[in-house]
Amino acid sequence: MEIAERRPLPLRLRRFRAGSLVPIVMLLAVLLVLIAVRQPNFLAPPSLLSFLGRSTPIILLAAGQYFVIVSGEFDLSVGSLVTAQVVVAARLIDSEPSRTWPVVALLLTFGILVGLINGLVTTRLRVPSFITTLGMFLILVGAVYLWSDGAPKGGLSEEFRRFGRRAFEDVPGLGRVQYALLVLLAVATAAVLLSRSDFGRTLVAVGGNPRTAELSGVRVWRAKTIAFVLSGLAAALAAILLGGYSGVSFQAGAGLEFAAITAVVLGGVALGGGRGSVFGAMLGALTLEMLFALLNFYGVSGALKSTVQGAIILLAVAVSSVRSTSR
Amino acid sequence: MSDPLLALQGIGKSFLGVRVLGGVDLEVRPGEVHAVVGENGAGKSTLMKIVSGVYPPDEGTIEFAGAQRHFSGPRDAQRAGIGIVHQEFNLLPQRTVAENVFLGREPRRRGLVDRRAMLGRAAELLASVGEGSLPPDTRVGRLGVAQQQVVEIVKALALDARLIIMDEPTAALADHEVGQLRALVRRLQQHHIGVLYVSHRLAEVFDLSSRITVLKDGRRVTTVNTDEVTADQLVRHMVGRELSGYYAERAKPDERGPVRLAVRAGGNRILRDINLQLRAGEVLGVGGLRGAGRSALARSLFGVSPFTTGAVTIDGEPVRLRSPRAAMRAGIAYVTEDRKGEGIVAGLSVLDNALLASRAVRPGWAGRGARAARIRDLLAAVELRAAGEDQDIRFLSGGNQQKVVLARWLALGPRVLLFDEPTRGIDVGSKSAIHDLVRRLARAGAAVLVVSSELPELLGLSDRLIVMRDGRIAGELPAGSSEEDVVALAVGTTRESVG
Repeated sequence: MEIAERRPLPLRLRRFRAGSLVPIVMLLAVLLVLIAVRQPNFLAPPSLLSFLGRSTPIILLAAGQYFVIVSGEFDLSVGSLVTAQVVVAARLIDSEPSRTWPVVALLLTFGILVGLINGLVTTRLRVPSFITTLGMFLILVGAVYLWSDGAPKGGLSEEFRRFGRRAFEDVPGLGRVQYALLVLLAVATAAVLLSRSDFGRTLVAVGGNPRTAELSGVRVWRAKTIAFVLSGLAAALAAILLGGYSGVSFQAGAGLEFAAITAVVLGGVALGGGRGSVFGAMLGALTLEMLFALLNFYGVSGALKSTVQGAIILLAVAVSSVRSTSR
Repeated sequence: MSDPLLALQGIGKSFLGVRVLGGVDLEVRPGEVHAVVGENGAGKSTLMKIVSGVYPPDEGTIEFAGAQRHFSGPRDAQRAGIGIVHQEFNLLPQRTVAENVFLGREPRRRGLVDRRAMLGRAAELLASVGEGSLPPDTRVGRLGVAQQQVVEIVKALALDARLIIMDEPTAALADHEVGQLRALVRRLQQHHIGVLYVSHRLAEVFDLSSRITVLKDGRRVTTVNTDEVTADQLVRHMVGRELSGYYAERAKPDERGPVRLAVRAGGNRILRDINLQLRAGEVLGVGGLRGAGRSALARSLFGVSPFTTGAVTIDGEPVRLRSPRAAMRAGIAYVTEDRKGEGIVAGLSVLDNALLASRAVRPGWAGRGARAARIRDLLAAVELRAAGEDQDIRFLSGGNQQKVVLARWLALGPRVLLFDEPTRGIDVGSKSAIHDLVRRLARAGAAVLVVSSELPELLGLSDRLIVMRDGRIAGELPAGSSEEDVVALAVGTTRESVG
C-alpha cells in the first residue's frame, strides 16, 4: 500500500522509545561540551568529583522520586521532609557527639514513617497522592516551625557533619573522594538492582495499568506504599548529607521536591507512571545540576532556578505526550 | 389508520468501513408502541442513535411528523420532538425533579428563574403521566431507579416530545417497578405519543408493543403485528443464521475428569442462586444476553466482585475467592473481556506482560532464569508472533496480545481457566488459534469456562452450556444444542411463560 506515513514530529524525537536513555545522555554531553568551552578546569577530576558530591542529595531524591512517579504517583513532601530532618537533627544532637548515631537511626526511621503514611493515605484512604503529599509538606513545615519556635536550635555534631563534608584525601589519580560519593555509589547500585527486580518491574506495571496489575495478583496498594517508603528513605539520606554540607536552616530542603520531579521527568520517566528507568532519573538529576552550574558560569542569576525547572517540566511532558498521542 | 409519525426508509450506516446497518425501514404511528428486538450487535443502538440525531445516516431518509429531516445533532432532534430515555440516565442527582426537567430552559420572570412556575409545570406534567404523587421539589439523587426513569420521560415531555425512544428501559428495574413503567407507557399512548421500545426482554415486548421489528446483523428481518407472532417465531427471526467455522473436536466422555470447581448457592449483588459444577477436561460455555450476569459469574469466580453468599470448592477443598490474588492461589486464571483496560499493560514489553502474574505471586531472584525460560517456552507454545520479547505489547495485534495474556496465566499452571469473550476484537485467523488453545488446555486437564456473546463460538467450543438470565442460571444445554435453544433460554420464552 502506498499510504504516506504522517510524521507530525521530527523523526529524531520519535525514534527513541519512551523511557530511552539516549536523549538524556545526549543532553548531558552537550552540557559538558558547553562547560568545557567556558570553564575547562571544571572537568578536571577533583572539581568534577566535588561537583558530583554536591549533587548527591538531589540524585538520591531523584532515585526515590522515580519509584513513586513510575508507580503513577507523586511525592511533593520530600523537600519539607529534608528540612524537618535537618532541623530535628540539630536540636536533638545539640552539638553532643555521642548522640550522632542514635539520631541518624531516628532520621531514617522518620523518613520511612513519613513514606509509610504518604503511601497508606494515598492507597488505603484513596486520597490523590498530589494532595496527600502536599498535605504532608504543609504538616511538616508547620510542625517544624512550631517545634523550634521559629528559629532552628541546637547544632549538629562534627561526627554528623562529616557525612556530608569529609573525604578520603589524596586518593591516587582522583584526589579528594568525598564520603558522599560512596553513599551515591551504594544507593545508585541498590536502586538500579531494585528497579530490575520483580518488585521494580511490577511497580512499572502498576503505573502503566493498575487494573491489569490488580487482576494479575499484584497488591497495588502495597507496591505503591513501598515506593513512598523508598522516597522517604531517600529523603532521610539526602538530609543527612545536606545537613553536613550546608548546615541547619529552614531552607535546607526548600524546593527539592520540584528539583527531584524535574530531574525524573528530564530523565525520561513518564509522569503518570509506567515508563522510565531509575538510572535515567539519576542522570536527569545530574544533568539538572550541571545545567545550573552552566547557568552559573554564564552569570545567569540563581533566582532563575525555579523558572528553568518549570520550563523543563512543561517541555518534557509536552514532548512526551505529543509523541505518545501522535502514534 | 393514521399517517406515520416517524418513517425511516433505507437507513444505512457504516463505521470505519464496517457496515452496521443497511436498508432498514421502520414506521411508528402516533400512539403506537413499536418494539425493536435483535441480538447483541444487531444494530438496535445504532438505529436509535440515528433516529435521535446522534449520528447522521449514510443512506436513507428520515421523515418525522410529515417532513423530511436531517438532524444536525441530538438537540436538533429534541427540538423537532424526539425524546430519548437512555439506559443510563442523564440526570443531575443534586438537583430537584423540576430543575432536571427544565434544565437549561427554566421558565423565567424578569431574568430570574421563576421557581414557582417551574414547580407548577413540573407537577402538571407528572400528573399527566399519572405520577402526580411524586413531589417536583425532591432531589433526584434520592429517587429510586424507576422514579428517575419517570423524570427522564417527563423531561422529554416537557420538550413537547411526540416520539419517545426507550432504550432497554427495564434493564435497571426490579420486577414490581416494571408494572409502573407499563402504566406510564399506556398513558403516553393516550396522549398520542409514539414510543420506540428497544428491549431484550420478550415478555415485555409482547406485553407492551403493537408491532415488532426484528433486526439481525444490521438488517431488518421483518416487522410483525405483535398479536400475530409467537415468541418462538420471534426468536427464530432473531437468530436464523448458519453455523460457520471450524472447531476442534469436543471432549469425549472419558476425557472428562472429576468435578474440579463446584459452586453451591453462590450469590452477590448481581448473581443469585448460582449452582454449577465444572469438570476437569471440559469446556463449559456461558451464554446469555449482555447484562444477564455472564461476565459477573466469571468475575465472581476470580474474586473481582466475589460471591457474598454460598460456597465454592476446588477439587473438593473449600476455597474463599475474596480477591483475584486469592483466586490465583486457588489455581484459577481469568482472561478478561476488556483486554486493553485490564488485560495488558501498554508500554511494557511482551516479556514484562507475560511475567506479571508470576512476579506478583512468586517474586524473588532465585529461579529467575528458569522462570524466564518457561515463559519463553509458553510464548512459543501459544505461537506468539512478535518482533521480539522486548517489543511493546501495544504494537501487537489483538490476537497476539491475547496469547501473551494467556501465557501469563499458563505460567502459573492453573487448574481452572475462565475466559471472558476470548476472541473479542480478534481477527478471524487468530480466532481459531485461540479456539484451538482453549480446547488443548481442556484436553491437558484444565477445567475451562468460556463466556461468549457470539453464539457460533459458544456452540462450537462448549461441551456443555449454561445460559444466564437476570443474574441466574436460566438453564443448561448439552453440546449440539441450537442457537434458538440458547436465545430462547436467554430471553426467557422457555421455562417461564411469556407475559
